[in-house]
Amino acid sequence: MTQETAPTVLEVKDLMTQFDTQDGMVHAVNGVSFDLKRGEFLAVVGESGSGKSVTMMSLLRLIDMPPGEIVSGEANFGETDLLQLEIDDLRDVRGGKIGFIFQDPMTSLNPVLTVGFQLTESLRLHTDTPEKQLEQRAIDLIDLVGIPDAASRLDNYPHELSGGMRQRVMIAVALACDPQVLIADEPTTALDVTIQAQIIEIIKDLREKLGTAVIWITHDLGVVAGIADRVLVMYGGQIVEEALVGDLYGDPKHPYTHGLLGSLPRLDQKGQELVNIKGQPPNLYEFPSSCPFAPRCPYVYDKCHAENPPLIAIENGRKVACWWDIENERPRFGS
Amino acid sequence: MSETPETREVIVSVKDLKKHFPIMKGLFRRQVGAVRAVDGVTFDIFRGETLGLVGESGSGKSTCGRVILQLDEATEGEVKFEGEELTEMSDGKVRSLRPRMQMIFQNPHASLNPRMTVGSIIAEPLTEHRSEKGAARQQRVDELLTLVGLQPKHANRYPHEFSGGQRQRIGIARAIALNPDFIVADEPIAALDVSIQAQVVNLLEEIQDELDLTYLFISHDLSMVRHIADRVAVMYLGRIMELAHVDQLYDTPKHPYTQALLSAVPVPDPVIEATRERVILEGDIPSPSNPPPGCPFNTRCPIAQDICSEQVPEWRDLGGGQWVACHFAE
Repeated sequence: MTQETAPTVLEVKDLMTQFDTQDGMVHAVNGVSFDLKRGEFLAVVGESGSGKSVTMMSLLRLIDMPPGEIVSGEANFGETDLLQLEIDDLRDVRGGKIGFIFQDPMTSLNPVLTVGFQLTESLRLHTDTPEKQLEQRAIDLIDLVGIPDAASRLDNYPHELSGGMRQRVMIAVALACDPQVLIADEPTTALDVTIQAQIIEIIKDLREKLGTAVIWITHDLGVVAGIADRVLVMYGGQIVEEALVGDLYGDPKHPYTHGLLGSLPRLDQKGQELVNIKGQPPNLYEFPSSCPFAPRCPYVYDKCHAENPPLIAIENGRKVACWWDIENERPRFGS
Repeated sequence: MSETPETREVIVSVKDLKKHFPIMKGLFRRQVGAVRAVDGVTFDIFRGETLGLVGESGSGKSTCGRVILQLDEATEGEVKFEGEELTEMSDGKVRSLRPRMQMIFQNPHASLNPRMTVGSIIAEPLTEHRSEKGAARQQRVDELLTLVGLQPKHANRYPHEFSGGQRQRIGIARAIALNPDFIVADEPIAALDVSIQAQVVNLLEEIQDELDLTYLFISHDLSMVRHIADRVAVMYLGRIMELAHVDQLYDTPKHPYTQALLSAVPVPDPVIEATRERVILEGDIPSPSNPPPGCPFNTRCPIAQDICSEQVPEWRDLGGGQWVACHFAE
């Protein structure tokens, strides 16, 4: 399942995004770097305010600017830097080469346009599919995401569909132009578990069929355990740990990942003690000059307050941003 | 918790409880139908236990909790609290029982008055039901704040100054202010961040031990319910499909809906996920205003036969306190 040898489709370097709010500057994303290989399933895990959505929305400049501002960074998609692209050229990328699925299908579909129109809209904009074939392509797409009786759904309006159906339509819209990358922002959070299982099944299936690279943003470590290749854990606007899915769940290196996995109740375990991560997530009003997790960390020592740890490669392609080596109970990097 | 259920004292008893919300239409607002949110549920809650009530959205689990506390009027059926019938009781009499049965709400942002200080929010039940005043009341508020992991100095602040998890602690302090016996917790952690959920659940467990509380814990999070509950009831379309001891229900679910529901919940472990068999249900929950005839689950059930769309299955005991509503479960 690993795509280590596959070419990179997206490379993000040192991305920094902030929001100028009434209460002060919010440093939402503070120097995020990662890459995405072709056909890879990358999970981005974090709590609300960790910067996971803002990171991905910054790439396509989907944040409101102002108050938002992308201060620095690169997002290399093939030969082009998405952050430097003219807005008209960026439109070709959005919904064309990079598809986006939002959390709430009720607010991201237009309530006064039919499903058929919304499906063909991106085809009209981004491809030169002849008008006659548009309808057939729309039917194929609806069929692809497992909605029964596809032809009769084209004239439906979003309110006539259930939540799960709407999310399938969103997926179909995002896939309409055969994107190389699909970014899904909490696509199953608003859905019930049985419907979530249906959607996950569809995404798995589509990956095999189409080979699209997927970035799946979620707060739920359970959802991505079964489908992701690699996981980025975000906290306080930074990536704190990056590892292949098996390594991350089996042997978390960052104290936050460690605590988070311990605080999750599991369906398959009884009488389990839940770990308390004390305190609350940071508010990000100040640019982090120390480790953002330090106030909540059980392993904290003086260096953590003095300097923000960089994300550094440790072993078998894993990366962690922490001054402390949990396993060997000593400072990392020999300092 | 190891006692057999039969020998334990029943604190809340629900029998054939129904709650139908009328659908009105037309110029004269005539009733054209009803949303059958709760459609005949029967169960007992034992003193000191946590009964988990799980189900997907629209299954009627929250309405069930509200009707038990008489926050909504029952359409039919009985709710007994320590043997006293609540549905026929006068409002004044129900009010006199309020100190003993309380509720923790889902959304800590909406359930606290933004214009009241935290101290006055927690003191309100003390003033209303106990007429406590002055220093005694202040002392009790301080005690409660400490008990839920906040500090007495927080009493003068307003709800917006607190995070979601802290606000939920304030809601819990208010609910336990009058030393209740029974608390309905309606999705108390659903609005909270993952790392905060464990904090709140641990707090709920601590105060349960300390104050000898009985919980009805309503949730869609089946993993958390496994952690906190002693027994679990699974609701679907206004009815209970299965009710059993927590380990029975999770280890040997008997109802096809429970089986599908449990298999749909992801486990945060890629090794286990790689080998798990999943029952993928077709379609969505039917509308509660137009439930299918017979067993409510028959439209999505993988083992449905003709009889399932004709007869409502009997609520039967499979032994060992595992109750199920299915023609074929055994």
